[in-house]
Amino acid sequence: MTGPDARASVEAIFREERGRLLAALVRRFGDLDLAEDVAADAIEAALVHWPERGVPPSPGGWLMTTARRKAVDRLRRDRAQAARLALLHVEMERAAPVPAPDPDGGLPDERLLLFFTCAHPALAAEDRTALTLRCLAGLTTPEVARAFLVPAATMAKRIVRAKHRIREARIPFRVPDPGELPERLPGVLQVLYSIFTEGYAAARRDLADEAVRLARILRRLLPDEREVAGLLALMLLTHARFDARTAPDGGLLLLEEQDRARWDRAAIEEGRGLAEEALTGGPPGPYGVQAAIAALHGEAADVASTDWPQIVALYDVLLALTPSPVVALNRAVAVAMRDGPEAGLALLDDLAAEPRLRGYHPYAAARADLLRRLGRPAESAAAYREAISLAATAPERALLRRMLAAVEPSGRA
Amino acid sequence: MKYMLLMNTAPADNAEEAMAQAVCNFEDWQEFDKQVQDAGIVVASHALADLTTATKVRVTSGGDRVITTDGPFAEAREVLGGYYVIDVPDLDAALDWAARCPGARDGSVVVRPVTDEY
Repeated sequence: MTGPDARASVEAIFREERGRLLAALVRRFGDLDLAEDVAADAIEAALVHWPERGVPPSPGGWLMTTARRKAVDRLRRDRAQAARLALLHVEMERAAPVPAPDPDGGLPDERLLLFFTCAHPALAAEDRTALTLRCLAGLTTPEVARAFLVPAATMAKRIVRAKHRIREARIPFRVPDPGELPERLPGVLQVLYSIFTEGYAAARRDLADEAVRLARILRRLLPDEREVAGLLALMLLTHARFDARTAPDGGLLLLEEQDRARWDRAAIEEGRGLAEEALTGGPPGPYGVQAAIAALHGEAADVASTDWPQIVALYDVLLALTPSPVVALNRAVAVAMRDGPEAGLALLDDLAAEPRLRGYHPYAAARADLLRRLGRPAESAAAYREAISLAATAPERALLRRMLAAVEPSGRA
Repeated sequence: MKYMLLMNTAPADNAEEAMAQAVCNFEDWQEFDKQVQDAGIVVASHALADLTTATKVRVTSGGDRVITTDGPFAEAREVLGGYYVIDVPDLDAALDWAARCPGARDGSVVVRPVTDEY
C-alpha cells in the first residue's frame, strides 16, 4: 500500500498511538517538551518509511524505539540539555517500575499518567482542558485554539505557560494512589466533560466525539471507577440526541420537538448499560445520577410518557450530592412536568435571588415556558426577551426567538 | 526539589487578638513543626514577628534615594506570618505538607518552587 491510502492508514494509527507513545516517553524522560519533540520526530520518520516499506508489525514499538533514538540524537547535539536529561533519565528509570509488556506486543498504555498530569489541580482550569486536547487527543495547537475559539497565538502561549508550570513547579508525572483518587479523579472527569459540553453547545461533533473517545480510554484504564462509567454513559446518552436536536434549517429543536426515531439507539443502549453499572455497588456519584436521568429520557417514547416522578427523585439525589442552583433549576423543570407548570413556577420563583442564575439564560427560558403554559403570554414574552439577551450562541438565540414568536400575537410588533 | 511554604494569616493588631481569631492553637503548630522536622525535609523555617514591627525599604528608579517607611502596609486580607523551605520530590508532596500545615486552616499557604536558576 502506497500513496494517499497508505498515508491515511498511517495517520489513523497515529491517532491511537500518539497519546500512548507520548505517555511512555514522558514516563521515561520526565519532560513533556522533549517527549513531544521526539514523538513528532518519530511520527515524521514513520510517515517517510511506512508508506514505502509497510507498517511494521508493532507500530507502537517501532515508534518508541525510533523516538528513543531521536532523543539520544538530541542529547548528543545539545550538551547542556544532555546533562539535565541524563540526570532525569536515571532518576526516572530508578523510580519507575518497569512496565509489563503489552499482550498485543505494542506499547503498554501509560496514558493514565497524562490524564492526571494534564488535569492537575495546580493548573488553571482552561489550561487543563487545552493540555488534555493537545497531549491525549493529539490535536495540534491551532486545532485546540479552534476548539476554544481563540487565536492560535493565544493558545500557543497558554500551552507554553502550562508546560512551564509543570516543569518549573515539578508537577509530577504519576498516577495518584488509590487513596488519592477520590480527590483527583473528579478533576480529570471535569476536563473531559468540559470538552464534551463545549462540543455539544457549539454543535461541534468532532469535539464531542473526541471527548467520548477519551472517556472510553479512561474507562479502559480505570474499569472499576463507577463515575468514569457514569460520565461515559452521560456523554453517550446525550450524544445520542445530537442529530435529532437540529432541524433541517440548522435551528435547534426542543426535546419535545425532536424526532426520536433519529436518536442513536445503539448509543442509548450502551449508555443505559453503563449508567446501570455506575449506580450499582455503592453510593452513586453525580455523573452516574445524571446518566440515569438521561437514560430515562432516552427510553421514553415521548415527553408525556417520560417517567417524570423518577426523574424528580433522581434530581433530589443529585441536589444532595452537588447542591447547585443549576441543578435546582433542572429539578424545578422536572417538577413542572410531574405536577404541572404552577408547581414548577413556584420553585423557579424561589430561585430568583440566586446570583448564579441571574445571568443564566436557561433560567429565563424555563420561566418563559412555564408562563406560556399557564396562559400568561405577556409575561412569557418578557421572559423570552430576557433569555434572548442573555443567550451566548446564535443557534440558542434563534431558538428563543422562535419561542417568542409563538407567544406573541402574529403580525404585530 | 525545594519549595517554600508561605503561611498567610489574617492580620491582627496584636498577638493576643491573633491567637483569639485563630482556629489552630500553639500545640497544633508545635505538632506540625515536629512532623516536618522528623520527616527530615526542612531546609529552613521561621515564624515572623507581628506585621506592626515591619519596616519597608524601597529605592527609586533613579537609584539615588532610599525611602524607608514603617507603614501603613498594603491592606491585604492576609499577611505573611512565616515560612518553611522544604525539600521534597515534587509538587504533590509539597501540597500535601501545605495542606497539613495549621496555616492552611487559619489562613492560606502559598506553595512556591525555589528556583535554582539564580
